[in-house]
Amino acid sequence: MPDKPKVAFYWCASCGGCEESIVDLAEDILEVAQAVDIVFWPVALDFKRKDVEAMPDGSILATMVNGSIRTSEQEEMAHLLRRKSQILIAYGSCAHMGGVPSLANQFSREQILRYVYEEAPTVVNEQKVRPQPRHQYDGTALTLPEFRGLARSLDQVVEVDYYLPGCPPTPKLLKQAVLTLLSGELPPRGTVLAPDVALCDQCPRKETKPTDLQISEFKRPHWTQIDPEKCFLAQGVVCMGPATRSGCEAQCIQGNMPCTGCFGPTSRVRDQGAKILSALASPISAREPEEIEKILSGIPDPVGTFYRYSLAKSLLRAKVTR
Amino acid sequence: MSERNGEVRIGVYICHCGVNIAATVDVRAVAEYAATLPGVVVARDYKYMCSDPGQEMIQQDIRDHQLNRVVVAACSPSLHERTFRNAVERAGLNPFFFQMVNIREHDSWVHSDREAATEKAKDLVRAAVMRVYFHKPLERRRVPVNPDVLVVGGGIAGIHAALTVANSGKRVYLVEREPTIGGHMAQFDKTFPTLDCAACILTPKMSAVKEHPNITLWTYSEVVSVDGSVGDYRVVVKRKPRYVREDLCVGCLQCIEACVFKEAKFDDEFNLGLSKRKPIYIPFPQATPKVVVIDPEACIQLRTGKCKKACLEACAERGAIDFEQKETYEEIHVGSIIIATGFQTFDPRRMPQYGYGKYPNVYTTLEVERLVNASGPTGGQVVTRDGRVPESVGIILCVGSRDERTNRWCSRVCCMTSLKLAHLIKEHTGAEVFIFYIDMRAAGKGYEEFYQRVLNEGVHFVRGRVAEITDWAMDPSEEGKLIARVEDTNTGFVRRIPLDMVVLAVGLEPQFDALNVQRLFGIGCSMDGFFLERHPKLAPSPTYTDGIFIAGVCQGPKDIPDSVMQAGYAAAEAIALADTGFFELEPNTAYIIAEECSGCKTCIPLCPYQAITFNEEKKKAFVNEVLCKGCGTCVAACPSGSIKQNLFEDEEIFSEIEGVLAYA
Repeated sequence: MPDKPKVAFYWCASCGGCEESIVDLAEDILEVAQAVDIVFWPVALDFKRKDVEAMPDGSILATMVNGSIRTSEQEEMAHLLRRKSQILIAYGSCAHMGGVPSLANQFSREQILRYVYEEAPTVVNEQKVRPQPRHQYDGTALTLPEFRGLARSLDQVVEVDYYLPGCPPTPKLLKQAVLTLLSGELPPRGTVLAPDVALCDQCPRKETKPTDLQISEFKRPHWTQIDPEKCFLAQGVVCMGPATRSGCEAQCIQGNMPCTGCFGPTSRVRDQGAKILSALASPISAREPEEIEKILSGIPDPVGTFYRYSLAKSLLRAKVTR
Repeated sequence: MSERNGEVRIGVYICHCGVNIAATVDVRAVAEYAATLPGVVVARDYKYMCSDPGQEMIQQDIRDHQLNRVVVAACSPSLHERTFRNAVERAGLNPFFFQMVNIREHDSWVHSDREAATEKAKDLVRAAVMRVYFHKPLERRRVPVNPDVLVVGGGIAGIHAALTVANSGKRVYLVEREPTIGGHMAQFDKTFPTLDCAACILTPKMSAVKEHPNITLWTYSEVVSVDGSVGDYRVVVKRKPRYVREDLCVGCLQCIEACVFKEAKFDDEFNLGLSKRKPIYIPFPQATPKVVVIDPEACIQLRTGKCKKACLEACAERGAIDFEQKETYEEIHVGSIIIATGFQTFDPRRMPQYGYGKYPNVYTTLEVERLVNASGPTGGQVVTRDGRVPESVGIILCVGSRDERTNRWCSRVCCMTSLKLAHLIKEHTGAEVFIFYIDMRAAGKGYEEFYQRVLNEGVHFVRGRVAEITDWAMDPSEEGKLIARVEDTNTGFVRRIPLDMVVLAVGLEPQFDALNVQRLFGIGCSMDGFFLERHPKLAPSPTYTDGIFIAGVCQGPKDIPDSVMQAGYAAAEAIALADTGFFELEPNTAYIIAEECSGCKTCIPLCPYQAITFNEEKKKAFVNEVLCKGCGTCVAACPSGSIKQNLFEDEEIFSEIEGVLAYA
């Protein structure tokens, strides 16, 4: 079947959840597999990089890359797949916005390596050995990919055509995306393939959000018995819903957990964390600095809370350590 | 962008502002630089862009070069943005295709390094050029103006403003927190420089207010909330209980006579505690309205409920006394508001070296006004607190004025007040009068002549700031006297001048609650705490809040004629607004893109103007653009970026930021 459109999947700095989400298509995957030829998918199929290099440029219709870009090898693969593909899709939060791996941008390369190889409580490394990009062993040169200074989103490395948001994207969105691609009726380049309205729009608890929200305490989800009917913010639990694109069908909310923001902001927002901050700062009921401080202590990790998936793509992007 | 708005053709104009800008900024270089920016078709500099030829230059270029965007780099937009928008509009362009750059207040006036200031001007111009590129044509909306006017404060400024507005046929609500109107002027004896009696010229105006068919006078009342905006302010006024029904009391004062307190034993506020009053009292005989008031802190019935209520019996026929009276609230709708809340005098206890409160014979100027007044606590006899007619009196100027330690400003009235009191004290007692001054300021019609007159009357002028007032006598001639220790800077000697009476010419300060009033009405105040006018020269009564005007000393120290003039000006503005019948709103309002709104309600409680409501049916928020003042709070807060603001759209702001940060 030489005429079927070719599709590739690749992973960079990621957890594997995005790969799992493709499998989560369940029986629908057969429908997809019938419609396309999967030419490259390291997690499932035994193709090598040289096989990709051998393909003519632009011969793949669409490649979905998940994970953020942290190493030199991931960079190279991103460039290679870009060249080989007509359409490159950033798949999942990490490729879309840097994701959880980009929270490491709060620390320098040196801080990360020192902690991981020397200081972490589970590490025993008396010689303080660290992985080296090049090493001579028995007269053979061994190489490792270089660990870059920042974790980046895919579009900070190569041009990206579309984004499938989510940690991971839902099978429903993936299926829709594949069908859209096959239909040939492509949306404008740069589109995030999910609704452009914030999650509150779809939230089953929308009715219970008061118009005069007052927050006198921030509670972390595991600190409190969460009322399964009531708006999380009205319960003092940080919910990223107002600042997060919908399309997930409020799955976390239905599991009685607040939105953590994995779908990223709407197209009209440059910085998701700043937006939820400005939305959450005003309802804080205290007026005195000490009381405000006390309320804010309920959010011990603001960057990890407000920029959990989007630090690389935010206006903050990284912390400069000098 | 150019696809959407057609070809963008920008004209850039750099103003010299005489030498205000040109002395510090190389305006020619800025214009030459601007000409190189993308989209700029013509760039010029000119001596006065705001002048007729300057505006004509822009209009000519719009015609000759088919300009569709205009940037003027000059002074503050608060001064001339409207001027240039109008100029652009007259040439057939939408006025919002204009952007103003402030290279005066933001640049030439605050820098001295010419090269750096020129670079900064280029940065600011580049930002405006990049922003104006994205401007859209906008329409100004009109809101109707309710012709009714609220005047807050019933001193001479408020009285004059209220009468002027009322005489033009508009309804006026005059709200005064004291039981009577009249303010400080009612406490004065005579007025400088003509020495006509304050009461003689004030009380007719007070009764005119009372009698005026167009004025609703609410004394003993305070504004508690203000909503809405120009053309339609909704104001709630609290009417405090005076325990006397205003509609029944005729001011016969028999209740005061009857009160169980046979002796007056409570400090009389009007006479500054120099005399006593009863729990039921009238502030002064000409009080307006002439209605008694009961002091709940002093009245036995109101404190304990166990009084034989002699006042009630005395008023049995009219039944005006009502111990059950409660505060009431009135809601009114007005189109504009004149604030004339006046001042307080400096508390000289803050300067203990002058012994006020410690030595009984140290007075303030306001207290002496009461002493020399024929209906004052002493019937016009100038006697000290220990009952003596003073033989020597010293008046110390600039107490709480022109002083780094207290108030830095000149209170403007103290020199003339002191000259007047020196004259009156001399007239009443024949005492030797000393005036201790830093500079005598007698600028005003007939003021210098009055100063000469008092000089010729033999008042002693000692140039020097008094170090201290002490009762510590160094020789027998000083026994029983207050001694002013002062360096006479004209002669170079340190002198000790024994006095029987010391008068402190206390300065004028913002009211103790001026900050609350400022917040209540949403106006600004300057560094010193006086309310801020829109422009110190050209708009000294309008504020930055449309439809709110300020008059009298609440805006800054001034004397009676200046207060009256400003009050008339405020009234004229209010009348003009009412007669125009509408107000053109700036189009820089926020709007919600309904299909993008998630209905998260974040914006709703943030709006300071209650302009956003939640539509329960559509589950979306909506901005009422008539109430929106364009503050941008909701725009910044909307977590999904679904609120936009005209003139402050993201692409406009981000291009401006990129422009100001880009390196040339």
